[in-house]
Amino acid sequence: MTEETSVRHHELGLSDEEVLDMYRTMLLARALDERMWLLNRAGKLPFIVSCKGQEGAQAGIAFALDNTRDFIAPYYRDLAVVLRFGQTARDVMLSGYARREDPNSGGRQMPGHFGSREHRILSGSSPVATQIPHAVGLALAAKIRGERLVAYTSFGEGSSNQGDFHEACNFAGVHKLPVIFFCENNYYAISVPLARQVACERLADRASGYGFPGITVDGNDVLAIYKAGRDAIERALDGGGPTLIEALTYRINPHSSDDDDRAYRSREEVDLAKQKDALVVFAEYLRQVGVLTASSEAQLIQEVTTEVDDATAYAEAALSPDPADAMKFVYAP
Amino acid sequence: MAIKLYIDAIRDALQYEMRRDESIFVLGEDVGVRGGVFRVTQGLIEEFGEARVIDAPLAESAIVGVAIGAAAYGMRPVAEIQFADFILPAVNQIISEAAKMRYRSNNDWSCPLVIRAPFGGGVHGALYHSQSLEALFYHVPGLKVVIPSTAADAKGLLIAAMRDPDPVLFFEHKGLYRLVKDDVPDGEHVVPIGKAALRREGTDITVITYGLMAHYVLEAVKDLEQEGISAHVLDLRSILPLDRDAIVAAARQTGKVLIVHEDNKTGGVGAEVSAIIAEEALFDLDAPIARLCGPDIPAMPFNAPQEKFYMLSPAKIAEAMRQLAAF
Amino acid sequence: MAQVKMPKLGESVTEGTMGRWLKQVGDAVGKYEALAEVVTDKVNAEIPSDYVGILAEILVGEGETVAVGVPIAIIREAGEEPGTAETPGTLGEAAGTRDAAHVTSPQGAPGAPSAVGAAGQAGAPGRPGVANGVVSETERNPNGGRFSPAVLRLAQERGLNLAHIKGTGLGGRITRKDVLASGLVQQGTASDDRGGASAYAVEAELVTGRHAPVESNPSSSMAAGAGTSPAERSGRSVAGADVTDAEGTRIPLTAVRKTIARRMLESKQTAPHAWMMVEVDATSLVRLRERQKAAFKAKEGIDLTFLPFFIKATVEALKEFPIVNSQWAGDHILQRREVNISIAVATPDALAVPVIHHADTKSIYGLASAIADLAQRARAGRLTLDDVQGGTFTVNNTGAFGSILSQPIINAPQAAILSVEAIVRRPMVQADDSIAIRSMVNVCMSLDHRILDGWVAGQFMKAIKRIVEGYNEQTPLY
Repeated sequence: MTEETSVRHHELGLSDEEVLDMYRTMLLARALDERMWLLNRAGKLPFIVSCKGQEGAQAGIAFALDNTRDFIAPYYRDLAVVLRFGQTARDVMLSGYARREDPNSGGRQMPGHFGSREHRILSGSSPVATQIPHAVGLALAAKIRGERLVAYTSFGEGSSNQGDFHEACNFAGVHKLPVIFFCENNYYAISVPLARQVACERLADRASGYGFPGITVDGNDVLAIYKAGRDAIERALDGGGPTLIEALTYRINPHSSDDDDRAYRSREEVDLAKQKDALVVFAEYLRQVGVLTASSEAQLIQEVTTEVDDATAYAEAALSPDPADAMKFVYAP
Repeated sequence: MAIKLYIDAIRDALQYEMRRDESIFVLGEDVGVRGGVFRVTQGLIEEFGEARVIDAPLAESAIVGVAIGAAAYGMRPVAEIQFADFILPAVNQIISEAAKMRYRSNNDWSCPLVIRAPFGGGVHGALYHSQSLEALFYHVPGLKVVIPSTAADAKGLLIAAMRDPDPVLFFEHKGLYRLVKDDVPDGEHVVPIGKAALRREGTDITVITYGLMAHYVLEAVKDLEQEGISAHVLDLRSILPLDRDAIVAAARQTGKVLIVHEDNKTGGVGAEVSAIIAEEALFDLDAPIARLCGPDIPAMPFNAPQEKFYMLSPAKIAEAMRQLAAF
Repeated sequence: MAQVKMPKLGESVTEGTMGRWLKQVGDAVGKYEALAEVVTDKVNAEIPSDYVGILAEILVGEGETVAVGVPIAIIREAGEEPGTAETPGTLGEAAGTRDAAHVTSPQGAPGAPSAVGAAGQAGAPGRPGVANGVVSETERNPNGGRFSPAVLRLAQERGLNLAHIKGTGLGGRITRKDVLASGLVQQGTASDDRGGASAYAVEAELVTGRHAPVESNPSSSMAAGAGTSPAERSGRSVAGADVTDAEGTRIPLTAVRKTIARRMLESKQTAPHAWMMVEVDATSLVRLRERQKAAFKAKEGIDLTFLPFFIKATVEALKEFPIVNSQWAGDHILQRREVNISIAVATPDALAVPVIHHADTKSIYGLASAIADLAQRARAGRLTLDDVQGGTFTVNNTGAFGSILSQPIINAPQAAILSVEAIVRRPMVQADDSIAIRSMVNVCMSLDHRILDGWVAGQFMKAIKRIVEGYNEQTPLY
């Protein structure tokens, strides 16, 4: 490294520790993802969804947010985001195994249905895009109360066609609410490719219909996402209203453990995407700027593996919910 | 205590509670500057400001979805759907989200939301401004549904709804807005959700009803008393949860039950009330459980003769009561 | 002449206030020309005229508020002479459209009266004003052996014979009200819902281990002998035959058994039972009775048993401690003025607990007479409703079975019940420490501890003991 080359992450105000933390989060998300796939194919986890290929975009935006101040209404792939917001590897595994200790739902919901008041994660459901108006409502409430925060919500490009997306954007635009609409455009909504899914060139263009800016960013460029995120957040906190950030990523795995993607895309396309995978690209950058060395990388991988192993063992041994508890919490106790 | 119109009692409840609790705000179409198309929210924006009385864009799913997000955060929103007939775009938010928020998060998150919607017909509202939709929602665990028939109950139940930690659908009959006035307590007045009201004690037949029909029933009861028939009248007030104990006790009182509701018959609230009575009071029944309801057509038409055909009336109700008493 | 009425200017509008009149009396009015302004809660509007003619009269002035439908003006239509009678308003507003409410059965009701709606409605969407489910089959086939669940249950509980109840329901159907109104006594059944022989009958079984036998006795109402109609039998309380299987014999419950079970359970569950016993030296009483019984029987024709003496003692003790003659009334205690003693009488049905009314006005003879009369009528099945109602305190003669100790169940809603055990000769230590053979009798009392406490119960029992021990040759029988 030469002295004249400015370090990109430093320019963005990120320290070496912070970018390493970002990378670690991405690694952990990936490791958990791969472990859960394994366990699913081994017949131990009945159903999982994947974030593989989207960790970079997620880490970028998650680290731009303030996990002590902001609220998130993520969608089911946002594993790296919820990890940044405080969920642990054990939490994720407990959810995968549907154990009673699962903090998201006590084993009531499928994996990927995140929720934790403690970690400012709004509880999500399966009908897509319903969380988008929730984020807007949360931002509205904060505004009424005069509290300074940002509400983040994420969704795929397919979900951005739901009425709730448009209604929510319009509402947020009219009332200039501090919302980050984060669209993870991974090119496939289950099997339907982008061309069949969306009529416009760029999802980001939709924002102009709702009176606020939209920006399309390379989802594999962690720092670019981070920057777009910071800009949007500052705008929002200054009363400038919402931003729609379209992150161009790629869904490396099938939609879920129940999907077979060989039916609708080629292996070559997937392999190409793997080469552009943010995990690969960001690691390369970190090595280049000397934040990651061969030994520190090996150690990091070892730590993450251990963490995943521990989480798996813990969740495997944990108790399933009591059947009678199914009657609880229909209403306030 | 003061004699108030049903519509004024609703406004009273909103005003009283909004003064008492800063976390309550109102949002819906035309609720602010216009004061609501029926003028229910008239005066609120002047008193509480546009931050707490929000004229929302024309998008029901967003109105409810945004309210859900605000409720999750800790506010107590009162969302208005302009006509119950238009609640359908918001059903996904109501049933998938509001009703399940507490359950799916294992009591971590909750949704203290009130949704108000005028419903009901007999006002030349035609197919899409007259419907009764309570039967869609009373089937959904996690929701509460209330339908007041008096001004006092309107105030008391709405205050109870605003204080409830779970989502409550408050269906107000638009025909009752200016038709009904009764004594409404000033200030603090809460009617608990889940408790029916015995309007009249009687010995010959039992009539179970709610909404506008509660008034028609009482008119019919007066006529029948001249004929020597004594009716025991229960106003459900709460549709979810139903007051099972009151229903069974009322059925046992006479053994002859007539359920009256404006909504069409099949799958309506009367079906569940019948099932409850059959389950718990079979050996007290002196006649098959009778239901007098709207016909099974999609909605009441605009033209007067057909609207009249659809709508029940005190005369129709009286005739059904006579038949049951004679059985 | 045509009337112009206050229009309904909005969905929930019920009244309107007249604004400015835009036409004056005598002005010509064209079709749809504006007549006046009207102000309502929702909108302000101008009323157009439906008629062509001259504005003849203004009925409601500016600023007045009237309900929707009230006439506000009269227009003399073109071609009319002044002074023509008013014509009614437009069609559809005419009052008097009768709402015909139809009632159909699911299967339709051919031959049903015309007030009952069109037949053949099966499968059609529910008509408005149609209360389905009120079956008109009963019109074609009155009763037909069919009783509603309420009617059957009530009849069984009360041991009533439905064949003897007149039906006032549709087609002669026996209704629940008919059963309730028919009273409790049929052919001598002495089943009092309130009093019940329950206390006695159960006790008897506990003490003797026997069921009271049920005889097939024509004079007993509970018999369902040959010649009774199905309706009669269905109203009877026989519950069917015993069934024996590997585990044992399953005995179906008669209505009587059910009633006893219910009454017993209610009493025990409602009143916290406390119990007390005193030993009474009845030696004097025994001697008195020995000397008098033959002459009494000869003169009066009835037996002189010990029971009247104990009842007399009870009655006098009740006068001294009237709180024992009371009942729990929810939010207060009702101390009864009358002293009506319920006594248990052994009958073939084991159900009789008749009442000696105003027992405090009767002598030993009077009590003996009342006992004999009630017992005889109970066995003959001829007790009336009055005979079994109104008891304020119960006295049981468990000694008749040889019992020396029992814990009777209170005859709800009375405050207490007394049982008089068998008189047994026993060696007793006297005041001077000698031993003498005495006739001893235990007197037991169960009391409702909500009403009575140990002190008053003890005093009451002491009084009875004192009175009984005080009987001697001088005690008057009349």
